[in-house]
Amino acid sequence: MNINTTKIISLLFFIFSAFYLYTAYQIQVFAFDENAPFNARTFPIYLGYAGLFFSALKLILPDPNTIKVEHKTLEYKKTAILVLIAIIYGATILKVGYFLTTSLFLFASYYFLGERRWILMFILSFPFVAAFMYLLHGVLNIYLRDPFLQSIGVMG
Amino acid sequence: MIDGILIGLTTALTFQNILMVMVGCFFGTIIGMLPGLGPMTAIALMIPITYGFDPATGLILMAGVYYGAVFGGSTSSILLNAPGVPGTVATSFDGYPMAQQGKAGKALAIAAWSSFAGGTLSAIYLLFMAPSLSKVSLSFRSPDYFALMILGLTAIAAFSSKGQFLKAMMMVVLGLMLASVGQDSLSDITRFTFNNMNLTDGISFVLVVMATFAMSEALTIILKRNDPTSAAKQVSLTELGSIKINKEERTKMYKTIPRSSVIGFLIGVLPGAGATIASFLAYGMERNVVSDEEKEKFGKGSVNGLSAPETANNAACSGSFVPMLTLGIPGSGTTAVMLGALLGFGVQPGPRLYMTNPEIFWSIIMSMYIGMVILLILNLPLIPYIARILAVPKNYLIPLILFFSVTGIYVMSFNNFDIYLMIGIAVVATYLRLYDFPMPPLILAFVLGGLMEENLRRSLLLSNGSWEFLWDRTLTACILATTIFIVLWHIYKTLTKNN
Repeated sequence: MNINTTKIISLLFFIFSAFYLYTAYQIQVFAFDENAPFNARTFPIYLGYAGLFFSALKLILPDPNTIKVEHKTLEYKKTAILVLIAIIYGATILKVGYFLTTSLFLFASYYFLGERRWILMFILSFPFVAAFMYLLHGVLNIYLRDPFLQSIGVMG
Repeated sequence: MIDGILIGLTTALTFQNILMVMVGCFFGTIIGMLPGLGPMTAIALMIPITYGFDPATGLILMAGVYYGAVFGGSTSSILLNAPGVPGTVATSFDGYPMAQQGKAGKALAIAAWSSFAGGTLSAIYLLFMAPSLSKVSLSFRSPDYFALMILGLTAIAAFSSKGQFLKAMMMVVLGLMLASVGQDSLSDITRFTFNNMNLTDGISFVLVVMATFAMSEALTIILKRNDPTSAAKQVSLTELGSIKINKEERTKMYKTIPRSSVIGFLIGVLPGAGATIASFLAYGMERNVVSDEEKEKFGKGSVNGLSAPETANNAACSGSFVPMLTLGIPGSGTTAVMLGALLGFGVQPGPRLYMTNPEIFWSIIMSMYIGMVILLILNLPLIPYIARILAVPKNYLIPLILFFSVTGIYVMSFNNFDIYLMIGIAVVATYLRLYDFPMPPLILAFVLGGLMEENLRRSLLLSNGSWEFLWDRTLTACILATTIFIVLWHIYKTLTKNN
C-alpha cells in the first residue's frame, strides 16, 4: 500500500470516527429511552460506523489520482501570521470593541500581506469600518458591542 | 380563480406596492451580498417596518427582500466564493471558477437571467397549481423525507469528479457529525459538547459555511500565492469580461432552465425542503443529464452548472410559498419568519386563505413576477460595477473577506468561542482542500443532518425499529430506487472509464 498524505488524512479520519463512535456510545440517555428504537445516540452511532467504513475503504483501496502538493511553493509563514492575527482579533473583539479591533485587524493584515500604501491602508481600515459599523448599527439596527467607543462617549 | 388573479394584480400594481417590491429587491440584494446576513436576517429586520403597512403590502415587501437576498447571495458566491445563503452554495461550484477565468460579468449575467427565468416560471406554476399542490405536499411522510435526504446526499456523486467519490462520502459523514453536535432535538440531551456550554446549541450553519468557503478560500489564496498556476489565475481575476451571453450559452440555458425550475419548484413546495436541497438536486441532476464533454466542465465553470442551481433556488423560493400560504407550514427558515409576520398581522394561513383573504394570496403571487422583473432591471445594469469587486488587489480583498466572515459570526453570537471555532474549521478545511477533499458535500450534509435525524427518528419509532419503512410506501421506494440507480450509474461510469 502506497502511503501518501491522502492516506494519512484518511487514517486520521478513521481515528476521529473511532473516537466519535466511542463518544456516541457514552451519550447518556434516559432510562426509559435505553431500549427505544431510536434515542439520542442512535444516529451518531450510525454516523460513527459510516465514518469508519468510508475511511477504511479509502485507506485500503488504491488511489489512482494521487495529489501532489508542492510544499516549497506554499506560503505557510504568511498564512500562519494571518491566522494568528485573526485569533488575536477574535480574542479582543468583545473586550476592546468592534471598531478598534476590526480596524487594527484590517490594517495589520494589509501590512503583513505586503501592502505599504499607508493612506489607502488607513482609509480601508478605520473609515471603512466606521462606515460599515454605521450601516449595521445605525441603519440596520444590529447591535454591536463596543466598550472602547462607549468609553470615549461616541456610542451610547 | 380569474377573479382572484385580477384582485391580486390590482393590489400588486398599486404605486405603493410596486415601490415596496423595488425597495425590497434593492435592500435584499445589498444585505444578501454581505456574507452572514442572509434572507432570514434581512426579512427579520423588515418585520418591525412592515407592521406599519397592510398585510398584503408588508408581505410584498418581505417577498421582494427574499428574492433580492437570494440574488445578492449568488453574487457573493460567484465573486468571493462566500455564499452567505445556504441556497446559493451550489451556485459557487461553477460561478466562482467562471469568475476566476475572467468571466465574472458573464457569470453574474447567467445567474441573473436564470434567477429571473426560474422565478418567473415558478410564479406561473404557482398561479395554476398552488391549491392542488398543497394536497401533494401533505402526502409526504417522514420516510419519504428521509429517502429524499438520502437522495440529496447521493447527489454528492455529482460533485465529486473522477476518483473523489470516497473523499466526498467522508466529507458527507463529517458534515453529519458536525451537525450532530449540541442538544438532541427531542430529549434535549447534549451530545459531543464535552461540557462546553458554547456547543450546547450546536454549530451554526453560517459559521461552517464561512469557515469552509470564505475563510478557507482566503487562506488558500495566501497559501498558494507563489504557486505559478494560481498566479496566472490572479492575473485573470482582474479581467471582468463581458456580460453578454453568446448563442451557444443561451442554447444550454434554454435546456437547463425548464427542468431546473420544475425541480426547484417541486422541492420548494415540500415543507422543510427549501432552496438548498432544490439547488443541490438541480445541480446533481443537470450533471447527470448533460453530455460527457459538458460533464467534464462541471466544477470548472460550466454554464449548465451555474444556471441549474440559480434557476432552482429562485423557483424553490416561490414554491416554498405554497405550504406557507395554503397549509400554514413554512417551506424554509425564511418563510418561517414570514409566517410569523403573517400571524402578527392577524392573518391565519391555511387552505381557506385564498378564499378568505384573496387579495393577500394573489397579490403575493402577482408581486413575485413583478419582483423578478424589477430584480432583473435593477441588477443587470449594475453587474459591471458589482463585478469590480474582483479587481480589488488580493492584499485588500483577503483581509476584507476575513473581516466579513468574522463580522458575520460576531453579530450572530457575540461569542469569542465561535470565532475560534470558525478559524479552526477554516484551517482544517484549507488543508483538506489542498488534497482535493470537496467541501460542498460537507455543507449539504451539515444542512440536512438535523432534518435527516428527525425523519429517521419518526420513521423508526412509527415502524417500531424496523427498517421496512424504506420500502413500505411506494413513494419512499421510488425515491430510494432513484438513489440506488444514481449510485450504480456512477459506479458503472467509473468502471467503464477506468477500463
